[in-house]
Amino acid sequence: MAVAEHTERSGAPAASGQGTEAQAAVAATPWVPTVIAEDLHIVYRVYGGAKGRGSATAALNRIIRRKPGGGMREVHAVRGVSFTAYRGQAIGLIGSNGSGKSTLLKAVAGLLPAESGRVYTDGQPSLLGVNAAMMNDLTGERNVILGGLAMGMSREEIGRRYQDIVDFSGINEKGDFITLPMRTYSSGMAARLRFSIAAAKNHDVLMIDEALATGDKKFQKRSEARIRELRKEAGTVFLVSHNNKSIRDTCERVLWLEKGQLLLDGPTDEVLKEYEKFTSK
Amino acid sequence: MSETTHDSADSADSAVGVAPPPSPDDRLTPAELAAKYGLSVSGARPSLPDYVRQLWARRHFILAFSRAKLTAQYSQAKLGQLWQVATPLLNAAVYFFIFGVLLGGRDGTPGGKENYVPFLVTGVFVFTFTQTSVLNGVRAISSNLGLVRALHFPRASLPISVSLQQLQQLLFSMIVLIVILIGFGQFPAWSWLLIVPTLVLQFGFNTGLALIMARLGSKTPDLAQLMPFVTRTWMYASGVMFPLQHMLQTRASAPGWLVDVLQANPAAVYMDLMRFAFIDEYTGADLPPHVWALALGWAVVVGLGGFVFFWKAEERYGRG
Repeated sequence: MAVAEHTERSGAPAASGQGTEAQAAVAATPWVPTVIAEDLHIVYRVYGGAKGRGSATAALNRIIRRKPGGGMREVHAVRGVSFTAYRGQAIGLIGSNGSGKSTLLKAVAGLLPAESGRVYTDGQPSLLGVNAAMMNDLTGERNVILGGLAMGMSREEIGRRYQDIVDFSGINEKGDFITLPMRTYSSGMAARLRFSIAAAKNHDVLMIDEALATGDKKFQKRSEARIRELRKEAGTVFLVSHNNKSIRDTCERVLWLEKGQLLLDGPTDEVLKEYEKFTSK
Repeated sequence: MSETTHDSADSADSAVGVAPPPSPDDRLTPAELAAKYGLSVSGARPSLPDYVRQLWARRHFILAFSRAKLTAQYSQAKLGQLWQVATPLLNAAVYFFIFGVLLGGRDGTPGGKENYVPFLVTGVFVFTFTQTSVLNGVRAISSNLGLVRALHFPRASLPISVSLQQLQQLLFSMIVLIVILIGFGQFPAWSWLLIVPTLVLQFGFNTGLALIMARLGSKTPDLAQLMPFVTRTWMYASGVMFPLQHMLQTRASAPGWLVDVLQANPAAVYMDLMRFAFIDEYTGADLPPHVWALALGWAVVVGLGGFVFFWKAEERYGRG
């Protein structure tokens, strides 16, 4: 590891030596990479997916033989994906169900370790997903505070933004629901609150995983506006959606994943045209 | 591998506004490009000092999380927070009838039979602190997977807040304990101050244990099924409901070394220290030799060891 770092460092002066004009070019066009994925492979290890787990003798047999991963199955969810995302970009992720979109985002967020390959990121990316359950037995109010603290906001910052977060989520539009436990929320309400908490902070890299699909029209409009705002604050936004219109409205670049592989990477219109051809088949 | 990456990037270059214009950056491998712009590997394990710093930055989260869990614990029960003290008290009542009355465990209690209730209740409360830290520690990661997969924070926050939650629970129970102690003729004395260092050390030990169990439990979920039996065995072997020395040597005529070993186990050490602090008739003669050194040793070794052990797998929590 240390050796690799040294070679990189010794290589750097040579690169910058020939790159005086390169630096000028960078200054002219602000193409600053924020996420680099390098030949990324992700393998899920799932317990309870193997056949015959229920049989006690089979379980005993596995333990005696010390077979690694008895009762465990491997799912190769992402197979060799490479791309570079730049500051200020909004990138849509499309593909049929189970094509590895959510998994890819989790790996970019550093929540799932890569089997091989690497993801380099600028700062700490934040992922916002439908499965990101918060603490259901706690009130919405407590979830706002805990979520903020977990993201690294200070108590004062949360205090200042608390009302904005609640207003943005629209939870209190129909009564005082923020003081109820989150288990009593509908799936749409919970998703709205989660998005509002995550969007309260300025992120270098924000990834949204179908989190907007459950909200109503009004909320979707509001959150699309917020995504545009976040982009302006020099962040990169990834958006997973099955709604081609919302991709078209918010993203200028689209990655199309199928069976864990990157099929197409390009401007929204081109990729969506191909994708629509593929899905109407 | 990097060359193929760049081929695909080049093919996208034709599109305006999506990929950058040709620049010398194209010749860099992804690793060099990342180094040039100061990007870091996502999800890599931070160094130990960095990890401690990150954890310190999240101290408010840890505290708020443990408090929230404490209040949510009984939110579906009608008596609510009352169960926080009712549960260990009911346990103590059951042990009193079975071990104290039926099996004659009251014999040999330092200071005589009338001291059995303070002896038992102190033991039950103190042992429950360690026991629940272990049992909840096993599930610290697996029961918060949603949070682990959604947000980025040092994962050690979860097991630490588990043992912090139990500490707060114990402090609530202390109020009941003090009422019982006074009811049985044990009045506040200077020796009661010894509970502070004892609690600090036990908290260090419990946190380490919770961290160890959290890592093991995240890899082997089966432990959640197994641990109740382990902690129950531990409870019987630590003399929660009977005086260890009397029971083993006088009644079971066990060898002396066995008594020493059992008395040196951390649960027994912290329990004995707490009884020593609270009960007048519980003298230094009832404590194992080098008891404070043992208490400190267990706290430092398990506390720090558990922390390092947990940190070693930091990047792997929440997988699968």
